Parts: sequence; structure tokens; C-alpha cells
Amino acid sequence: MITHPKTEELAKAVAGWIDEIRPGLDPRNAFLARVAVNILGVIQRELTQGPAAEARALDGMAGVLGHPGEFAALNAELCERIRAGEFTVETPGLLAVLTTMAKDQVAIDQPNYKPEGTPPPGP
Amino acid sequence: MTIDVREQLPKLARRLAGEGASVAAAQRLSGGASMEMWSFSIEGPNGREDLILRHRAAPFDPETARSVTLATEAALIVACGKNGAIVPPVRHVCDDADGLGEAYVMVAVPGETLGRKIVSDARFDAVRGDLARQCGAALVPIHATPPPPELNLRFSDAEGELNRYWESYVASGAQRPILELAFQYLRQRIPPPAPPILLHGDFRNGNIMFHPDQGVAAVLDWELAHVGDPAEDMGWICTNSWRFGRPDRPVGGFGDYADLLAGYEAAGGKPIELSRVRFWQMLGSLRWGVMCLGMYLSWSSGLTNSVERPMIGRRVSETEADLVLLLEEGL
Repeated sequence: MITHPKTEELAKAVAGWIDEIRPGLDPRNAFLARVAVNILGVIQRELTQGPAAEARALDGMAGVLGHPGEFAALNAELCERIRAGEFTVETPGLLAVLTTMAKDQVAIDQPNYKPEGTPPPGP
Repeated sequence: MTIDVREQLPKLARRLAGEGASVAAAQRLSGGASMEMWSFSIEGPNGREDLILRHRAAPFDPETARSVTLATEAALIVACGKNGAIVPPVRHVCDDADGLGEAYVMVAVPGETLGRKIVSDARFDAVRGDLARQCGAALVPIHATPPPPELNLRFSDAEGELNRYWESYVASGAQRPILELAFQYLRQRIPPPAPPILLHGDFRNGNIMFHPDQGVAAVLDWELAHVGDPAEDMGWICTNSWRFGRPDRPVGGFGDYADLLAGYEAAGGKPIELSRVRFWQMLGSLRWGVMCLGMYLSWSSGLTNSVERPMIGRRVSETEADLVLLLEEGL
């Protein structure tokens, strides 16, 4: 994609503008404006972190399924095999792959989210 | 038809506080994805009253379709309140004359509902350590209230909930391997049936008014009330999506399992095993994941146009991050 500006920079610029006008909004619209800024954050992170995350997911899914493929096809096959009961929590490597995929996705969607198992914050 | 709440409030003020009463302040509160909440005050002949209006804005969506009507919600609050539950006093249930559609009015209870503040704000430091116990105790009178037969509350146990959310998941068309694995795992571990009792149905940090000195001040948001397994209400408040950044404190981000269970038992509740709570906690993460898909669908299908709904769709991944850890740990 072209630079000057990159797509993520366009999103960042809009988010910055919304943040500027947010203090003047009524409470409901201020809340929705904050949601809008969060959405633009997701877009920026998906553009910058998404490709590496997808590559890791492809690697992981191909390893568990035993063959390479496109993301949508591998993901669908994974779902089918879990649904059929062929894959369970005991399946070697499955939880590790799913954990990587979940961590990568939540890092895009909500980087500040603290999932189960996160230790308490330091003093 | 869209109802202009602000326009209707003066009439409501006169109905509640007599001719000459006026609305002193009215403000729509933020938050509440499926329901509008308005804070307003009435100045009348007998002084000032601070009130909250709860009003359904959207006539139907997949989320509210599972909920009870607001009139039922108000009737439940009254019934549970009579039985000793900590509830907001219901001031008025709206009818056609109010022009507010489906709505009721309750007395404003001072305190805080924002989960993050309860978890991390210094104002709650003193009381925080007691909140899990209080929450356990607060559930007992709710669970002990006989479900009013005329309200026809739905019954749903663990198997029923799994089936219902499975149907929603499949209908959504989404393909999420972690959710599929969680369904499979939980189906194989359904706890033995418990005698069905009245459940709040949405008992979590965020739906409870906490006062910085006293703790639990009012249990709010009764729209998902139903009849089922008592551990459901306990598991939901332990679901990590409602711990607001403190997963190390499993009850609402403020307390420990042992205090929740002990508070329930000390207040006269029938003892509940932790593994049963953990089952419902995990089902809670799965439920929230499927609900988030539903929120996205209510936007993508054109039912609602709020910017909030599609963003909630991106909260599915938080439940996946929690579910993989729970699947790893086991119940």
C-alpha cells in the first residue's frame, strides 16, 4: 500500500480529531465518540499487527491439521473437526495454537484487556 | 416509533408529584447497550425527588428478545425486595398515559455502578475486601423468592443454556474454533441438576450499585431474570469479562471465590461447590462471546445503527483469550 499517508495514519488522524472535540459533547455522545476512537484503534492495529498474526495462525493451524491452506479454509476445517469430536482439549498442539490465535486477536481488539491467568499488577 | 423521553418527562413529573411539579434535571446516562437509562429529578410541592427512568428504546433485537418485559422486571424487583433483597425502590411502572412506551421509574440509589471504579478507585479501598461476601449474601433472598407464577419466567438449566447459545452461535454463521471447543468441553461436564430457583440472570460487577461505605446498595438490571441453577448467578459475577482488569480477583475483580461462597452460606443459602461455580463461570465467558456476536449481528442486519454494537463484536476475542486459559486449567 502507499505511504504518505499510510491507511493507519489516516485512522489515527480521525481518532485524534474525535478526541479533540469529545470534551464538548453531551455524555451519551462523548461515550459513543470514545467507542469510535476505540474502533479506529482496532483498525490501526489490524493494519499493522494483522499480517504477522495471520501468518502465525496459518502456521499453527496447518501444523495441527497436517496441511497448509488459506485462513478461512483452515479455520473452517478446525471448527468442523472440533464439532465432529475429532479434536478435543487433549489433541496435541491444539490448545497452544488456539492460545496464540486468541492472544494475537485480543492484542488487536483490546490491547489493555487482562485475560484469565494474568498476574496482579506490581506495586 | 422513537420516543422523545425528555419531552414526556414533565407530564410524568406532574403525574408523580402533582400539578405544579417540574423536571429539574434530566440526563441520559451512558452505557446500557440494550436499554436506555435516564437520571432525572422532580421538583414538586413535597420537595425534590431524584429518580431513574429505565426505558426500552429499541422494540426488538436478539438480545432483548431473551429478556423479560420491564413491567415484569419491576414486579420482580418488588417481589424480591419484599423478601429482603437489596433493590432500588420502584416508584412507578409506566403505562400508555405516560407516553414513554415500556418503562418504569425507580428511586435513585447513591453509589457507583462502573465496574472499573469499584475495582480500582481508592474510594472503594476500605469496603472492597468485603464485597465478595456481601455479593454472596445478596443473592440469597433473591434465590429464596418464589418465582411469581403470573410472570411466566422461563426455565433454563446448564444444558438448556448451552443449547440456546449453540443455536445462536450456529445461526450467526461465525466460525470460531475456541468457542466450538468450549461448547464441546462444557457439554461433557454438565453438573448434576439442582432444584430450580429464581435467578437474577445478570448478576455481575456493573449491574450492582456499590456504596463506598456500605458496599452493596442495590441490585439492578433484572431483564435477564429466569429460573434455573443457583450457581449460574455466582459463575456470572466470576466471569473475567466483568473483572475489569483484575483477573487475579475472581469475584467481580474485587474478591475471592471463598468469600462469595461463604457469604452465600452464612446468609442461609444452600452451599454450592466451587467446581459448579467454575462451570458457570466458563459458560459465562462462552455466553458473553456468543452475546457479543449477537450484538454485532443486530448492527450488521440493520436492526440497530449504534456505533457501539459492531465494536462489541470485537469483544469476542476477550472471551476466547479467557476460554483457552480455562480449557488449559480445567474446571
